[in-house]
Amino acid sequence: MSTTAIPTNTKWWNGGRSPFNISYGKVMMWYFLMSDAFTFGAFLISYGTIRFSVNHWADPNHVFNAFPFAGHANLPLAFVSLMTFILIFSSVTMVLAVHEGHKMNRKGVEKYMVLTIFGGLAFLGCQAWEWTHMITGDHTVLVDGVLKTMGTTVTNNPWGVAADPNAVAAALQTTPDANLASVVHSLGHGADAHAGAAMGRAEMISTIQAANLQVTTPGPIAFGGYFFGITGFHGFHVFSGVIINLVMLIKTRLGHFDERGHYEMIEKAGLYWHFVDLVWVFVFLCFYLV
Amino acid sequence: MSSHTSPEITHAPEHASGTGRIWKTFWVLSALTIVELALGYFLYWKHGHLSYGFTLSTKLLIAALTLAKAYYIVSIFMHLGDEIRNMIMTIIVPLMLFIWFIAAFLWDGNSWKVLRNTDAGSRADHTEQHQPAVIDKDAKK
Repeated sequence: MSTTAIPTNTKWWNGGRSPFNISYGKVMMWYFLMSDAFTFGAFLISYGTIRFSVNHWADPNHVFNAFPFAGHANLPLAFVSLMTFILIFSSVTMVLAVHEGHKMNRKGVEKYMVLTIFGGLAFLGCQAWEWTHMITGDHTVLVDGVLKTMGTTVTNNPWGVAADPNAVAAALQTTPDANLASVVHSLGHGADAHAGAAMGRAEMISTIQAANLQVTTPGPIAFGGYFFGITGFHGFHVFSGVIINLVMLIKTRLGHFDERGHYEMIEKAGLYWHFVDLVWVFVFLCFYLV
Repeated sequence: MSSHTSPEITHAPEHASGTGRIWKTFWVLSALTIVELALGYFLYWKHGHLSYGFTLSTKLLIAALTLAKAYYIVSIFMHLGDEIRNMIMTIIVPLMLFIWFIAAFLWDGNSWKVLRNTDAGSRADHTEQHQPAVIDKDAKK
């Protein structure tokens, strides 16, 4: 809260002072963030355009329903909620660091910067898990009359419309053994994986039929490019934010800001970090929530 | 209290001594997030049993809550709310472009879908806009 007692006849634009009463560095950080907002905005809006332009798009509640260590449990929105709260919390610790900086309390700044860095690293870890899970996921898809397993990558999108059961039944007969083995493998973990390698063709086919799989057809290729592109671009910002925060922490410990007499650098780093949180709020909205 | 600031600053702001405002904002953001998640989960739970209008309205409500979150983060965490009014305007006014940006491009995307479904307007659109995903001719490539 600032209570600036500025006399009303201050000539802001006559030179010799900042017309906005803040330092040059802070103004520039704000305008950089605005340019970045338009960049992210352009990406997200183009994503919306493509999504609106096709008849069927991946349902986020089916794509993003995994949680670490929960196996195949169906938990839509759970993991991404955790990521959102991690980032919100790290934003709070960042504001608290800035607050301690206003009081010239070096120890306080250090403490909260460490917590903020941990939050950023935790978020990056979560995002890395999410990406790995998407890329290595094994979903059975009907492509060109044959069954295949595929993960979600920039070239593969297994989240298309459901395949016609008759077409699936026909495809089971024409699918090569190697593909059948990977479908069996995708049904379970551990013991089944080894069993898949040892099964004969007839046994693999009956196993797959008994499993009552949800077989899909490939969805729009754009899904992977948008998902990995936008979350990757955001993740890159989180990563660079963590590096910036680390540099701020080191400078704080070395006493640079005490010498300078103010902790405004922490504030500017804080602006960047909050921007990163804000972008996540919108990425979360566009990809996972609506 | 910081004693030295950049020379271009005329009046250094006096900062609140307590963290009450910060934590209060944290709780507001958390509450907004939980409501958003509850609404989103409700849409998932009742998928296929809700009218198109209801789903759309709920999604718009979720979007509005997200905008509220954005307001709190920018105004309080980033302290834009404490700056001089003209400074606030140089940020907010250009961002108003997003209103046109979003409306125009989503409209465009929808028009593109209609054109695809009707072969550039040469036949009627038989694809119901709000049916759940069924097998349609798009599946055959």
